[in-house]
Amino acid sequence: MHNSTAPEFVISASNLTKKYGDFVAVDGISFDVPPGEAFGLLGPNGAGKSTTMKMIGGVSQRTGGDLTIMGLDPEQHGPEVRAHLGVVPQQDNLDEELKVRDNLLVYGRYFGLPMSYLQPKADELLEFAQLSDKGKARVDALSGGMKRRLTIARSLINDPKILLLDEPTTGLDPQARHILWDRLFRLKEAGVTLILTTHYMDEAEQLCDRLIVVDKGRIMAEGSPAALIREHSTREVLELRFGSDRNATVGAELEGIGERLETLPDRVLIYAHDGEAALEQITARGLRPITSLVRRSSLEDVFLRLTGRSLVD
Amino acid sequence: MTQVLASNMSIEPSRRFLGSLYSGNVRAVFSRGVKATWGTNWAIMVSGFVEPVLYLIAMGIGLGSLVGEIAGPGGEPIAYAAYIAPALLAVSAMNGAVYDSTWNVFFKLNFAKLYEGMLYTSLGPLDVALGEILLALLRGAMYATGFTAVMGVMGLITSPWALLMIPASVVIAFGFASFGMAITSYMKTFQQMDWINFVMLPMFLFSATFYPLSVYPEPIQWFIQALPLWHGVELLRQLNVGVFGPDTLLHIVYFLVMILLGLVLTTFRLRKLFLK
Amino acid sequence: MTDHHAPSGAKIVDRHPVLGLRSPLTPAESAAKARKFGSIYYAEHWLRKLKGYGWTVVMTSVGTPLVYLFAMGVGLATLVDANSNASLDGGSAGPVSYLVFVAPALLATAAIMVASEENTYSVMDGFKWHRTYYGPNASPLSSAQLVNGHVVGVSVRLLMTTGIYFLFLLLFGAVQEGTGWIMIFSAALAGLAFGLPLMAYAASIVEDKGQFAMVQRFVVMPLFLFSGTFFPLDAMPLAVRWIGWISPLWHSTELGRIVSYGYSEPGVLTVVHVLYLLLLCAVGLYFARRNYVRRLGK
Repeated sequence: MHNSTAPEFVISASNLTKKYGDFVAVDGISFDVPPGEAFGLLGPNGAGKSTTMKMIGGVSQRTGGDLTIMGLDPEQHGPEVRAHLGVVPQQDNLDEELKVRDNLLVYGRYFGLPMSYLQPKADELLEFAQLSDKGKARVDALSGGMKRRLTIARSLINDPKILLLDEPTTGLDPQARHILWDRLFRLKEAGVTLILTTHYMDEAEQLCDRLIVVDKGRIMAEGSPAALIREHSTREVLELRFGSDRNATVGAELEGIGERLETLPDRVLIYAHDGEAALEQITARGLRPITSLVRRSSLEDVFLRLTGRSLVD
Repeated sequence: MTQVLASNMSIEPSRRFLGSLYSGNVRAVFSRGVKATWGTNWAIMVSGFVEPVLYLIAMGIGLGSLVGEIAGPGGEPIAYAAYIAPALLAVSAMNGAVYDSTWNVFFKLNFAKLYEGMLYTSLGPLDVALGEILLALLRGAMYATGFTAVMGVMGLITSPWALLMIPASVVIAFGFASFGMAITSYMKTFQQMDWINFVMLPMFLFSATFYPLSVYPEPIQWFIQALPLWHGVELLRQLNVGVFGPDTLLHIVYFLVMILLGLVLTTFRLRKLFLK
Repeated sequence: MTDHHAPSGAKIVDRHPVLGLRSPLTPAESAAKARKFGSIYYAEHWLRKLKGYGWTVVMTSVGTPLVYLFAMGVGLATLVDANSNASLDGGSAGPVSYLVFVAPALLATAAIMVASEENTYSVMDGFKWHRTYYGPNASPLSSAQLVNGHVVGVSVRLLMTTGIYFLFLLLFGAVQEGTGWIMIFSAALAGLAFGLPLMAYAASIVEDKGQFAMVQRFVVMPLFLFSGTFFPLDAMPLAVRWIGWISPLWHSTELGRIVSYGYSEPGVLTVVHVLYLLLLCAVGLYFARRNYVRRLGK
């Protein structure tokens, strides 16, 4: 950044708090996002992710703490802050009474952009979203994945440097998710700052340079996906199923194998640096699990470790 | 007889008339509807009774003061309120039946997907259709009873024949409901549904509801006499004062034919929509 | 405000290999424009939407006057005009025909019908079903600008409706005075006076439990019937006359009658009509903005 007044961070939150009556949705969280980073908020439903996003998006007033976006306080400079952003909300809110392309044009007008820019830009974005042949279609004729891509295209109409994505792929089929991830990855490569919430660990691992794990409005951990896994989990995990009756009672017989043991209703997880070795130890003790699986540790395990609960329940 | 029994016991397709469309279980659909109505929107249901009463008070008293008396079915002059009251009853029977068989059915058909759920059970489309219509008729009968009572209180009833307006308005409602349902089965979008209003409003205003047909030139009179609402209005008007003519029978036959045609068309359409 | 995006100086790059066309405006410029013209931008969106169901709009604005004028102004009029006891005050010009009497009321009614259509389900749709308000709400526009834009859009549709209706009134010979055209605006004002409070109410509804059907039956319908629409308000007993006094329809109709055929009433009353309609608009706008800001800023 040449500009001397340019802030070091595009987003800076300190002790950010939001209460609805007695309920504390966001409980004093602090984080900074440098330009160009893909920053994730990972947590289960109701963790306070969407509320945080709304405060960053300048549409929800905070109850306490400080927040700046591009050095601006969204409460004093709402329109200025929102002009910097592209927003992909959790639920699509496209105007179904307008045609696909008209949705982009109309949205661009909210940023005061002239039609001479918006017309070619809309075509370009339709291509980017792989919707070129749908420009004249009615929005309600689009599939869920197409609507999502159109929403992302719409969020890019003002050529924003910061993109807020709230659960961008929730409810999409695997193929549609991969198309979306590809598009988001390209934006990231082009230097757009991505802020995304998700409760999918694979999404967080794929897209995020750094993330915070949020639960009940608080930050449980912060770091890159790899660092978080290194810090809070072992390299590998051995997943065992002994049948729903035995899972709970088999714990004592597994004593001493691996670093740590988690008993879930449907399976038992053994955290170990070498999963295969752990499995050998188990068979050596004469235990016969119905199924066994060795895999790499994931953010799901980090979350389980930190909160004692799974991400998706 | 034995053959019927046997076929009912087996899982072979029924050979009864309309076997695949009708399972003889209208009651299940009907009682679901009664529960849903009582449970959630009874206030709206009760309020539907208020509308024709408001019309009667406003037009009967307010407009009546401008119009004075007017010739009734037998040629005897009657108060303007007594002239429009049976017409308003016919209109309310039409509106209720049309609403229940169009908007209501349209919504359930296209949005709530209620019928799809019902048709996964042993119910046939005709059970569903008849159940909905029956519900509309029950509601119509209640409104008609209430409205007739209001007419009595306002001193607009002079003949015991007037009590027959209640069953007659149920027949009118049946005619509109069975036809309305068939038409709704063709509708795809809300915009198309708007067209129903474009038909209903002129029919309401032009069918000799507020003034006699004689104000129109003859060709327009013929046209209006071809529309169902006019027959309903005239039928109730005659019942209200107990003056009948050969045309009374014509009005009744008109509605019987309408009911029959509507049901045949509805059945045909439901077969097409649900049993592809 | 400085722009933090482009390298300092001019915008050198017009097209980026991945991001494509670059915006000709900096965020600061965008925000400044939105602050100034945001309401217009939303009105633009609103009217584009209206074009989508243009057919319905045309049919209602042409069909409704035709149907009502034939039924009430021609059909019903033959009964009323034939009754010598009925005398409708036409000021210095003496009694007027029923058609002329009822015309201003029909015009204002049409405006109220349009206003109630545009301020019920479509408002709730923006918050609840399609959530279309939340799109622009994330843009530089403010919640209050959404309200303004909606009101501008509704006003345009109202004036279209009352304008076309007025032409039909002329065609039917239902207007006597040269000042009759003022009705286009007094009727549209009635639409807003009724529509704005309704909009505020619609914005406050969280669950659809048939509230709008109730509004239709217990508010719109009584106003339509008891506001001196089809007969002078004095024809009703005092017990229900108050409905007319609080009804925007009655106030607008009285104004219409003054400009359309010289209906005579004390000048003070005329001022009251105008002020009352404006007051309803102001109160409605205030609460609509409050409710929109609250709900969109959750």
